[in-house]
Amino acid sequence: MGEVSEVNGPIVTIRQPGVRNGDQVRIGELGLIGEVIHIRSDDALVQVYESTESLQPGEQVTGLGHPLRVELGPGMLGQIFDGVQRPLDKIMHMSGEHISRGLELSALDRDKSWHFVPHESLVVGTRFEGGEILGTVQETETIEHRILAPPDCRGEIIEHAPEGDYTIEEIVARVRGESGSIQNLKMYHHWPVRQPRPYRARAGASLPLITGQRILDTFFPMLKGGKAAVPGPFGAGKTIVQQQIARWANADIVLYVGCGERGNELVEILQTFPQLTDPRSGRSLMERTFLVANTSNMPVVAREASIYVGVTMAEYYRDQGYDVVMVADSTSRWAEALREVAGRLGQMPVEEGYPAYLASRLAAFYERAGNVDTLAGGNGSVSLIGAVSPPGGDFSEPVTSHTKEIIRTFWALSKPLADARHYPAVSWLESFTDYAERAAIWWADEVSPDWALRRQQALTLLTEADELERIVNLVGPEALSASQRWVLESSGLIKEAVLQQSALDAIDSYCSPQKQFRLLDLVLSYHLDGTELISLGVPVESLTELPYGGELRRLKSAVSNDDLQPLDDFASRVRESFDTMRTEYSVNQGNKS
Amino acid sequence: MSQLEYRRVDSIHGALMFMKNVAGIGLGDRVMIRDKDGRRRNGQVIRTSGDLVMVQVFEGTENLDLENTWVRFLDEPFEISLSPDMLGRIFNGIGEPRDDRPPIISSVRRNVNGAPVNPAARAYPREFIQTGISTIDGLNSLVRGQKLPVFSGSGLPHNRLAAQIVRQARLPGDSTNFVIVFAAMGVSYSDARFFEKEFESSGVLRNVVMFTNLANDPPMERLILPRTALTAAEYLAYDLDRHVLVVITDMTNYAEALREVATEKGDVPSRKGYPGYLYSDLAEIYERAGRLRDRHGSITMIPILSMPSDDITHPIPDLSGYITEGQIVLSRELHSKSVYPPVNVPPSLSRLMKDGIGKDDTREDHPRVASQLYASYTRALEARNLASIIGAEELSSRDRRYLEFADRFETDFVRQGEDQERNIIETLDLAWELLSLLPPSALSRVTDEDLHKYHSWEESD
Ligand SMILES: Nc1ncnc2c1ncn2[C@@H]1O[C@H](COP(=O)(O)OP(=O)(O)OP(=O)(O)O)[C@@H](O)[C@H]1O
Ligand SMILES: [Mg+2]
Repeated sequence: MGEVSEVNGPIVTIRQPGVRNGDQVRIGELGLIGEVIHIRSDDALVQVYESTESLQPGEQVTGLGHPLRVELGPGMLGQIFDGVQRPLDKIMHMSGEHISRGLELSALDRDKSWHFVPHESLVVGTRFEGGEILGTVQETETIEHRILAPPDCRGEIIEHAPEGDYTIEEIVARVRGESGSIQNLKMYHHWPVRQPRPYRARAGASLPLITGQRILDTFFPMLKGGKAAVPGPFGAGKTIVQQQIARWANADIVLYVGCGERGNELVEILQTFPQLTDPRSGRSLMERTFLVANTSNMPVVAREASIYVGVTMAEYYRDQGYDVVMVADSTSRWAEALREVAGRLGQMPVEEGYPAYLASRLAAFYERAGNVDTLAGGNGSVSLIGAVSPPGGDFSEPVTSHTKEIIRTFWALSKPLADARHYPAVSWLESFTDYAERAAIWWADEVSPDWALRRQQALTLLTEADELERIVNLVGPEALSASQRWVLESSGLIKEAVLQQSALDAIDSYCSPQKQFRLLDLVLSYHLDGTELISLGVPVESLTELPYGGELRRLKSAVSNDDLQPLDDFASRVRESFDTMRTEYSVNQGNKS
Repeated sequence: MSQLEYRRVDSIHGALMFMKNVAGIGLGDRVMIRDKDGRRRNGQVIRTSGDLVMVQVFEGTENLDLENTWVRFLDEPFEISLSPDMLGRIFNGIGEPRDDRPPIISSVRRNVNGAPVNPAARAYPREFIQTGISTIDGLNSLVRGQKLPVFSGSGLPHNRLAAQIVRQARLPGDSTNFVIVFAAMGVSYSDARFFEKEFESSGVLRNVVMFTNLANDPPMERLILPRTALTAAEYLAYDLDRHVLVVITDMTNYAEALREVATEKGDVPSRKGYPGYLYSDLAEIYERAGRLRDRHGSITMIPILSMPSDDITHPIPDLSGYITEGQIVLSRELHSKSVYPPVNVPPSLSRLMKDGIGKDDTREDHPRVASQLYASYTRALEARNLASIIGAEELSSRDRRYLEFADRFETDFVRQGEDQERNIIETLDLAWELLSLLPPSALSRVTDEDLHKYHSWEESD
């Protein structure tokens, strides 16, 4: 038992001998939950996850004897948790529309029973290692939940439950440890969130994470198990990019972490996802999705926790052998929570008020991404995609610049593009990815051997066009040659027919890899054939006057993923009319010479 | 432990008052202060330990001395009384009457800080509000429960725009009026008067609750005023089932008061001296807008803020933009061209527009028309820019067409009368009239059916 000696916003000083750094404590009459973050000679500093309003010096403090941890077991999918893994639905039933303080709620439902099927390797008398699969329950129609033994337990199985319905508090297996002590295993276990969950080995990431967004998949691909950041000023489209990934990514499990952002954005997911069908399973998207929400009006400190709570749950599904995507919107709010606490602790700020350990914390977080061989003997991955919200849209600020050093895919959003309603406003000049070569192998096998070439041609064309535009803005379009004018036309086509993709378009919101490639291929062939015609003397105007440019721009919303035939038809029409022009002009040229 | 009174203050620093050796004081507790002349002031505990309590004084600490100041700790948070009688009344930042009428007496009292809304309890805002203003309805539609700020600058007509919205806002086909909560911080007497007269002349005064803190009123009171006003708004919306439109002006004055106290407290500054928690603090205010699943009423919020030096990257507009659901940005350039309302279209945005418009809400072509106008206008601005470099004569015929489009867009679509109310169909028809200046091949954001139905194109050259 200890007591409060000072209350300074979310930081509370307590006098409690013997408390350990990292321990959770329960504070005051209200029972606010906090975490010890600093120990001095005879007092300790606690960051409190709930508002400390009305807390008084002298109120009592109880140590809980464990660090911040999550419950891991069936029943997480489809749920929305707060920053310290309390289910927000249950909170609403307990305290109404506004979140009251000191609520004691466990993450997983204690009353629900699950149909447990013991795993074949679960044999009495055999050795058992931590992280192995005890059995399975069907968590949702699409996801089989593999019940894992806690990573830190090992020994000999001395008993296990037969197939049947159990609640998570019932014992499903008993293990005798090396020292002879008996451990009872249930369908859930705890894990401290600030400690990465163990795995057998890192396996290099190799498969692309397909999101159905052309600018991402085709131009700046990300891999399963990779780490990516989406920086951009307000309103540029970070949240939409992340929502699109949450909707369409070819992952098994999606975790959406709303960290210090808008309440309505989470509501939108809660209300639309159950209605949306997963293009691969044909079932409701909500069956593979869950959320962690600490919105901007909720206490700041829980924002810091929410990222770790999220990534630990993501790792847990990874350990079951799944490909998990966690999107975090926004990591800047998490960094600000760090800053807030550091400031109250009087730690020396180094840049824009951020503490010196900002970079290492960011790196340690992203390090939890990866494709791994699991303790259970399978393979799973966690892909991390963090939004970054730089003040004033300035990418040189600390959070963006440190993040940029850490991640491997950088989807930079641009304000001028967003202002022109060019969505997704991902800049082709500022974005980068280190995964393109790896992704190319998959694209070559699955879609087309020309993928890498086409991608490179398109990027070159876009860069060239940006250069030409600068010239036009200095001296006017007259300075350009015919083929340069055609480059400008074609880059406009790439932007409008390929890069622009409205999340709201019923047909184009998700674009299959095949369609992505075909669209790009069409536009580039159009460009190359046009270039050839121009070299034969065809005036640029007679090409731009053709109706094809307009049609190309509309194809993405007119042709569905299931039937790409119209793209072929279009291509052959263009070919025909280009052939006619070619013959005409080659004859002319022949005549002239 | 209730209502301890002390007569000794240990030190005073700016708006902060420090008291030593007062035990058992809760964070956020309300404090009553009497100075040597018997004048009452209000304060709030912002830091507390057994040895030292820090109190922020809303009326400022001028003329307080260390010896003759009575300080009473009320052992309760800041609360205000709420009743339907608030309508038609004027209060200060802490909810005391400013209109020489009696205070509100009611058994309903609520903590002005509220508790955070559970995101799981929210309903997604999706009902289109027609403001009669084309740049808003057509391009940046407002929906019930949205928070949509106006980013302005000194001397720009944000007040007139806000007043016009208040006058004209309604749901198409719905006659129930909004109840207005008007919160003014650090505004001039004439601006406050302007709004009062506006409410009066449009006959809504009886449906307005005003909370005002004028430019010469104590600045610290601005820290609590929006919270008081929103507590009233929540009461009207969720207890009395009303649809509430909250106009808050000027958030810049609020943020400046916050910076002042933060500096006095010695908080670590981030950008431009504003404390790192400015984002969270603003979010506590803005996130109180919205709709709840099981309630009839709603809170739609239009905060007004002036961008220091017209800089949208300044922390106040910047952090606001990161929290609100879009922004209407005003342009000095359009204003000087006498375009009213001078809405700067490209940087303006409504994030909740998508679910409030279209076939069942406005008209089926609306989302595409809005997107097309944005694209064409941006393209047209490029042409205008090019013309300023190489001269309009040098432009291609296509670019000259865009030039005309830019001009007409500003004079015919953006510009409208202060009393002119265009319904959404008029706005969309006007949009097509302008898009008809451009050839169909330049309009890739609309469908063939749209073109067929609404676009009138005659090849002119
Ligand atoms: N791919 C897209 N398709 C259609 N509209 C989009 C797309 N991306 C962004 N938008 C539009 O831009 C608006 C802002 O996007 P979003 O909310 O994702 O911005 P943000 O970068 O997350 O901003 P903030 O930092 O303030 O949260 C959306 O409401 C939507 O109207
Ligand atoms: Mg966002």
